Order: sequence, then C-alpha cells, then structure tokens
Amino acid sequence: MTRQIRYQDAIREAQAQILAADPRTYIIGLGAPGPTGIFGTTKDLQREFGVDRVFDMPSSENAMTGVALGTSLLGRRPIVVHMRVDFALLSMEPLVNQIAKWHYMYGGHMVAPLTIRMIIGRGWGQGPQHSQSLQAWLAHVPGLKVVMPTTAHDVKGMLIAAVADDAPVIVMEHRWLYGVTGVVPEEMYEVPLDQAAVVRSGKDVTLAATSYMTLESLRAADMLSQIGVEADVIDLRSLTPIDLPTLSASIARTGRIVVSDTGHSLFGVCAEVLALVAESCFSQLKSAPGRVGLPHAPTPTSPALADLYYPRALDIARAAAEMLGAAHRLPPEILGEHKWKDTPDPSFTGPY
Amino acid sequence: MDNALDVNVRLAMYKQLLRLRLVEDAIARRYSEYEMRCPTHLCTGQEAIPVGVSAHLRTDDLVFSGHRSHGHYLAKGGSLKSMLAELYGRATGCAGGKGGSQHLIDLSCGFMGSAPILASTISVGVGAAWEIAMRGESRVVVVYFGDGATEEGTFHEAMNFASVKRLPVVFVCENNLYSVHSSLDVRQPNRPISALGSAHAMAASHADGNNVETVYRMADEAILRARVGDGPTIMEFTTYRWMEHCGPNGDIELNYRAASELAAWKERDPLTMYREVLIADDLLTPADDMALRRQIDEEVEEAFSFARASAFPCASNLMAHVYPARTRPA
Repeated sequence: MTRQIRYQDAIREAQAQILAADPRTYIIGLGAPGPTGIFGTTKDLQREFGVDRVFDMPSSENAMTGVALGTSLLGRRPIVVHMRVDFALLSMEPLVNQIAKWHYMYGGHMVAPLTIRMIIGRGWGQGPQHSQSLQAWLAHVPGLKVVMPTTAHDVKGMLIAAVADDAPVIVMEHRWLYGVTGVVPEEMYEVPLDQAAVVRSGKDVTLAATSYMTLESLRAADMLSQIGVEADVIDLRSLTPIDLPTLSASIARTGRIVVSDTGHSLFGVCAEVLALVAESCFSQLKSAPGRVGLPHAPTPTSPALADLYYPRALDIARAAAEMLGAAHRLPPEILGEHKWKDTPDPSFTGPY
Repeated sequence: MDNALDVNVRLAMYKQLLRLRLVEDAIARRYSEYEMRCPTHLCTGQEAIPVGVSAHLRTDDLVFSGHRSHGHYLAKGGSLKSMLAELYGRATGCAGGKGGSQHLIDLSCGFMGSAPILASTISVGVGAAWEIAMRGESRVVVVYFGDGATEEGTFHEAMNFASVKRLPVVFVCENNLYSVHSSLDVRQPNRPISALGSAHAMAASHADGNNVETVYRMADEAILRARVGDGPTIMEFTTYRWMEHCGPNGDIELNYRAASELAAWKERDPLTMYREVLIADDLLTPADDMALRRQIDEEVEEAFSFARASAFPCASNLMAHVYPARTRPA
C-alpha cells in the first residue's frame, strides 16, 4: 500500500497491466519498442508482449494517427505515444477533424477509443520546437478529453481510465515529473478523468495548477505559509471536462485565486479557468484573480533567456502575496533565491 | 470482347449505374428548394467506378470515402432512404442528421464513413485493413478518393504503410481532372497518379473510368489480390465530373473548364455507353430500360417522401454523442 515508484515507472506499469488485461489494446509510437523505450515508459514492453502488441511505426504521425483510428473502429484500443507534443502537431488533422468528431458526426454509430500520450516539458535547451505545452489547443476541441496527471499515482490511474474510456483521451505527461516518486498501488485502479484534487488545504488563497506547475504551487504554498498565508492547492488534473465544482468550492473558502499552467498565459488554460471562475463565482472573489504561465513568445534555447521565460514557485507566491497586500513580507532569502530555471527544482523528488 | 461477363452481372451493373444517375438527378432537381441544407457533391458522370468496384465486394468488406461519396455509399448497399434523410437533416438520417452528405455511414453494409478533408479517410481505411490483416480475415478494404487527395502528405504516408505491411486494401483514385476549380495540370506533373503506387512498391494500374466493364475487370484482380493476402493495389480511373464541384448546377459559365471538354466527356457517358452495349448485345431493350427507370423512379420518390416526412432531431441531440457513454473493457 505504501510502495513508492517513479512517475515514469508508473506509466510503464500501467501500460504493461493494460496490455495484459485487455487483448484489444496495443501501443504504437516512433521508438516505442526501441532500446530506450520512450524515456523508459515503453521499455521492454515489446519483449514482454510481442511484436503484435507493441509497435514501432514509420515517421508518419499524420497517417499513423488515422491508422490507429481505423483499428479502433474495428474494436481495438490503441495507445499512441508522441515523444514530444511538437511531433503530435503533424497529427492534428486526423486528431481534430476526424477522431474528435467520429462519434458525433456519424450519429453515435461508432466510437474512437484512442489514448494518445503526448510528452511535454521544459528546460535544458529544448527550444522552440521541443518544449511546447499545447493542452489548451486540444481542450478547445469538443470530443477530446484532455488530462494532465501530476503524480505517479494519478498517471497510472488516469492512463488505465483513459484506455477504458470510449472517448479519445489525450494524456499530457510532463518530463520533469518523470523522476518524481509517489505512492502507487501495484494492482490496476482508475483515477476518474473528470475530477480535480485538492492537494493542500488553506483558507486565504486558491492556487490552481496543471501538471508540473502543481509542484511549483505546492512550493509556493510553503513560501506563503512562512508569511502566514495559507493556500488551498488544487491539481486540476483534467481539462475537459474541467472540475468546476471543486474550483468553486475552494474559492468559496478563499475568495482569491492564482492559476498556473505549463502553457502560455494568453488564450490558454489559465485564461479559461479564470473566465469560468469569473462567470460562476464572481461575487465570492475578494480580489482580481491572477495567472502564471508562459509569456507570449516561443521558447528560447539559451539558459539565460529560459531563466526569464519560465515561471517558478516564487512567481506564484508573489502573485498570491500581492493579492493579499503581503508581498513585502516575503523573506529576503526567498526573494533572493537564484538557480537556473531550465532544470527541475531538486526538491521535487516526491513522494507525491 | 472475349470472356464476356455474366449476363446477370452486366444487367445488375447497368441497373446500378442508372440508379446512381437518377438519384443524383433527383437531388439536383430538388436541391434549390433549400431543404437539403448541406454541401452536396454530386457524382454524376463518375458512376461507373463505384459500380464496377462494388460488384466484387461482400457485405463484410469495408469502404471508406471522401466528399463525393453518394455513388460509393449506394453501390456498397447503403440505404437510400437513410442517405436522403441525412441530406435533409432528419433524425432518420444515416448519421442522425449530424453529418449530412459529407459524412455518410451505413455499418450494416460495411460503409464505414466519408469525410471531406481530402486524403484523411485513406489512412483510416488503411488502419481498418491493418486490423483485418492482424486477425487473418479475408475481408477487403476499399478507399475512394480523388486526384486532389494524392497531393496531400497523408496519402503518401498511408501508401507507404499499406505497402510495408502488405495490407488488404484497394486504393481507388477517381481522377476527374479537377480539384474544385483547379485543373490537374496546375497541380501535378504529367505522370499517371498510379505511378505513385508503383513508387511505393504496390500493384498499380490506370484505365478508363467511364467504361464499367473495364473498371469491373481491373477491380476483380485488385480485390482478389487483397483478399488472398497479396497486398495493396492502387487503381487510377480517369473520369469526369459533369456538375459543379459542390451543388446542383453546371458551372461552365465560370470558364475554368471548356464547354467543349464537358461535351466531349458527355459523349462518353458511362450510362449511355453501357446501355448501347447491352442493347447491341440483345440483353436490354428500350422497353426494359423504361421499365427499369420507372422502378427506380418509384424507389427514389419513396425515399424522398420518407426523408421529407421524417422529423428533425430533437434538441437533446445537439449535445448527444459529443462523448460516448463509458463502457467497461471486456
């Protein structure tokens, strides 16, 4: 019950159990059977389950997404893996025009139960085309479900739930979470695809976040706690559908919200969450809401520029403290902290 | 022609040619009433291809198509009533009014869907063929598309994969020389599209798409090849679209194609040419032809009546089917 494993091992374990439990499932991705197994997440699965269950593919993201759809129409439940979300852009046509609408546009006569893993991440010189975080694009499309598990526990449970779901589900995995450990049951279990999680309770401000930014929000909550501000931290986990009741309940307690996301601030997840909050709990807000995301620029490669680009816990803490008129109370040792922001915070090792 | 086809096959193909023509004509006549409110791409003039191909297909073989799909759907056995109701946006339509002319489906006869983004259903059909191959079944997948689709990347990606896996799929390119209003010569170099299949190491052939028996014979070979596990084929058929790209009218006044070109192709009408062949072979008389027309007219009228009498979908259907109901894995 208390076994701790890394996020990446939880992904591999979930997939191994999915393949073992359901002969309709298979895994396909460029390099899926390869020696490194997509950052370890598919390593040795072909050896274990055979060449009929774990596939490599031509460098044809567009057609292979349609191919996976074609197999799903005949009853299969594919898991498609993209090492970088940037490569998945080559599959936007089948994903957005076809897969998302297949159930709807044919009047419910067919389902397209695909699970598509897209790996996001930041840092280490990944630059403009290896670091994007495009969940808002995908969440905008009706018919797709988009989830962003943060913990090792959730990534296993959400992957299993995604494959079991008849809808196409996009699972966004942040590479900086891969080495983070958490308590993960050995057996198969599901984490619902439509529920946020309250991961820390507080009465002064709500810090809502996606994926890796949840860890930064937890760190921000620690900083805020040092100046007597107690934060409610919500891991959104699912974007479509988004768990508005959990958000509203938190705002009813705190009256303040800072949203942070791994993507761009403008027109993104932060914007949508704040719009929903403004529409549904405006009267409970004690101050204007805040958001912490990427600036409206492509990702620079140089660590010096990346340092300016990526928000960290301090940015979240500062936004929340300003809301409470307490920014001046943030201690100098926190404000003065400096480390390269293109590597994960070494304290983020879990367990979570 | 030596090896004359079976009489019943020939008559059945003629009847199907006539039926597709009369359906499209009837849609064209009524479209301006503005009750069929969806983009509709008529296949008038191109009927011989689906008729010749479908003559070899079993009910459990699968067909995918693009935007000009009425002929593909009907020739595979798709319900005419459900198709017309779909064009009228009714609840009894084959997609419940959600799809219209561009998203026909009839799973009961293996018509798996059509979609108007040109090459997009090619890969989906290849995926279905992959699944069939993995199961070791003898079913065949046919994917129809136009010359324009072969300019899109996913066509080449799908051909590559179908060839590398030797999948039971037949690619049918209806080359009608135009994509919307752009002629082939501003879009492609002077080479047969079928050569792209050869480049992907698959069987490839190119022939007249207005001669239904030519199509029939070529499809026979390709479908057999797929059925016995000898891999994919691309068949390119040259044909011609009589009507405008989208809608019920002619479009010669737009001057992107010559009236003389259309007239020359109308001289080569697949329906008239085949009627003359069958009459010359004493298999059909003008009286038989009239009787057949009356019979089909009746079927078409009945289907229009059904469509027009059907109810529109109720409001709850708007949000139905965005996400399927969750089902447990077996």
